[in-house]
Amino acid sequence: MAETQHESVRLAPDPAPGLTKVGGDTPVVSPPAPRRRRKGIGWPARLEIALMTGPTLIVFLSFVILPVAMAAYYGFFSWQGYGPAEDFVGFRNYLLILEDSTFLAALRHNGTIVVLSLLLQGPAAVLLALLLNRQIRGQTLIRVLIFVPYVISEVVVGTGWSLMLHGDGVVNAVLGKVGLGWLQSEWLSDPKIAIWTLMGILTWKYIGFAVILFLAGLQGIPEELTEAAAIDGASYWQIQRRITLPLLGPTIRIWAFLSMIGALQLFDLVYIIWGQYIADTAGTSTMATYMVANGRTAGEYGYGNAVAVVLFFISLVAALFYQRFVLRRDTEGAITGGRR
Amino acid sequence: MAATAVFGRRARRPRQRLAWGSPSVYFVALLLIATMLAPVIYIILGGFRTNAQITTDPAGLPNPWQVENYLDVLTGGTFWRQVVNSTIVALFTTAGVVTLGLMTSFIIARYKFWGRGAMYSLFAAGLMFPLTVAITPLYILIKNLGLMNTLPGVILPQIGFGIPMTIIILVPFVRAIPDEIQEAASIDGCGRLGFFWRMVLPLAMPGVITVGILTFIQSWNGYLLPLFILNREETFTLPLGVQAFASQYSVDTAKVLAFTSLSMIPALVFFSLFQRRIVGGLTGAVKG
Repeated sequence: MAETQHESVRLAPDPAPGLTKVGGDTPVVSPPAPRRRRKGIGWPARLEIALMTGPTLIVFLSFVILPVAMAAYYGFFSWQGYGPAEDFVGFRNYLLILEDSTFLAALRHNGTIVVLSLLLQGPAAVLLALLLNRQIRGQTLIRVLIFVPYVISEVVVGTGWSLMLHGDGVVNAVLGKVGLGWLQSEWLSDPKIAIWTLMGILTWKYIGFAVILFLAGLQGIPEELTEAAAIDGASYWQIQRRITLPLLGPTIRIWAFLSMIGALQLFDLVYIIWGQYIADTAGTSTMATYMVANGRTAGEYGYGNAVAVVLFFISLVAALFYQRFVLRRDTEGAITGGRR
Repeated sequence: MAATAVFGRRARRPRQRLAWGSPSVYFVALLLIATMLAPVIYIILGGFRTNAQITTDPAGLPNPWQVENYLDVLTGGTFWRQVVNSTIVALFTTAGVVTLGLMTSFIIARYKFWGRGAMYSLFAAGLMFPLTVAITPLYILIKNLGLMNTLPGVILPQIGFGIPMTIIILVPFVRAIPDEIQEAASIDGCGRLGFFWRMVLPLAMPGVITVGILTFIQSWNGYLLPLFILNREETFTLPLGVQAFASQYSVDTAKVLAFTSLSMIPALVFFSLFQRRIVGGLTGAVKG
């Protein structure tokens, strides 16, 4: 068993279509040809293919592809969610969205969250990973413990933090106790502070993931390199800056990609902590909370679908740009170039 | 999602005797762990206090300790019903994702047929469609199928959205099984399907388990889909339940904290049981 594990881990897979093996340069979208040569394909084999992929295709097409297509279709209608959609309005929904200052504010918040996530979590996670990568006792335990917030559900995190950050909550109480009373604030409702509060919670919840990822990347860097540099007289920080960081580059870039997409789609935490109405005034609304509030909650399903399409396109464009300009050297056109 | 971003890049270091190293490293590590765990501990301890205690001293310890809040939650039916619902949803989602994903990965990895590359690309493209984008039409679709307020209404879409990642992870696993094994099996009279059951299934197990755990936790914590599909209280999963409970008992902070910490337990237990797999899967190093 140990042997198989080792084997499969070593041979294991690529993360996503565009995200190739870190440091590798093989395109990954098209599966390499099987080594085994088959002489044509008989009817039994065809039956097996149909039986074993059929159910998957049905579930996938009907619950993933079809809804996305439906969103594109209903986005052109003014439709309240029952009966057939008949009131075709062309691009009016889209114009309304792009003119709505509430949506633009949400879009701005999303942008802020993307940038701040990268700037706050990235360097902090790299430093922590470097620190924890030194040979210390209890490393496994530390790795597990910093991962706990990532495993807890968004709802629990949101409920817990909103109770703690409440005006009379524990955070303000602790600040008062340790003599930092002047720091006490309305963490959730003050529009100047709320987005930073959100960033704090997001960092708390997701930094463990980044640290684990980076630690993994660090452990893939051959020790010979750092040893050779050390023999040549490089200091610890020189080694980190000149050798470790560049080699960690691919991992960091992939993490940044995932973080960016996650920040663009952010919904759960904002919706739970700020509810559907306060998010606007507190300055933490996101495109996804806007979509739910103005689509389902308002009963305007056509409009909600149009928001979904806008959200999808913004994510897609961001992803493609990132693939094209940042991940290019890692992936060599895996997503944009398609098949080999 | 990036579970596997770093698979396959492990270099096992020779185990040396660990020196204790510099104290500052431990200090930072301790500080980090304290920051990560303090909120969790606060939630758990808060459940052992009364509202009066929490109001007069939000930052204090339980004094005296109250078990009433926890007992109330545990003896009421709501919590357990939601645990059962969440378990059903997570188990069926995981089973579905793993079964369908493994079968399809087997076909894509081991059969040569027209459209195979296209099929793989189709599933891979599925990664670009997040649930957030599809949720509104999905709600309409589920409503038209008559699956509103039913657990299958949550399970089926979750399976659909879990499949792309599963296939991306499992295809290389299945492909990595040497042809010689298949040839030896077929010489011993084992057909392609027999090969699937007897060889592929056990050999792909590490990948299957990693995928299974990630799917289970994701499903267990899922919020957006149940929020749209499950409107009736008796069908609520735990995340919905926590939220409903928090708004229903918004004045009873202690009880909300108790309910919240109890709802954390299953995920935490599951995580600690499989933490080696999860963290190990993420780091690509399954340490013994």
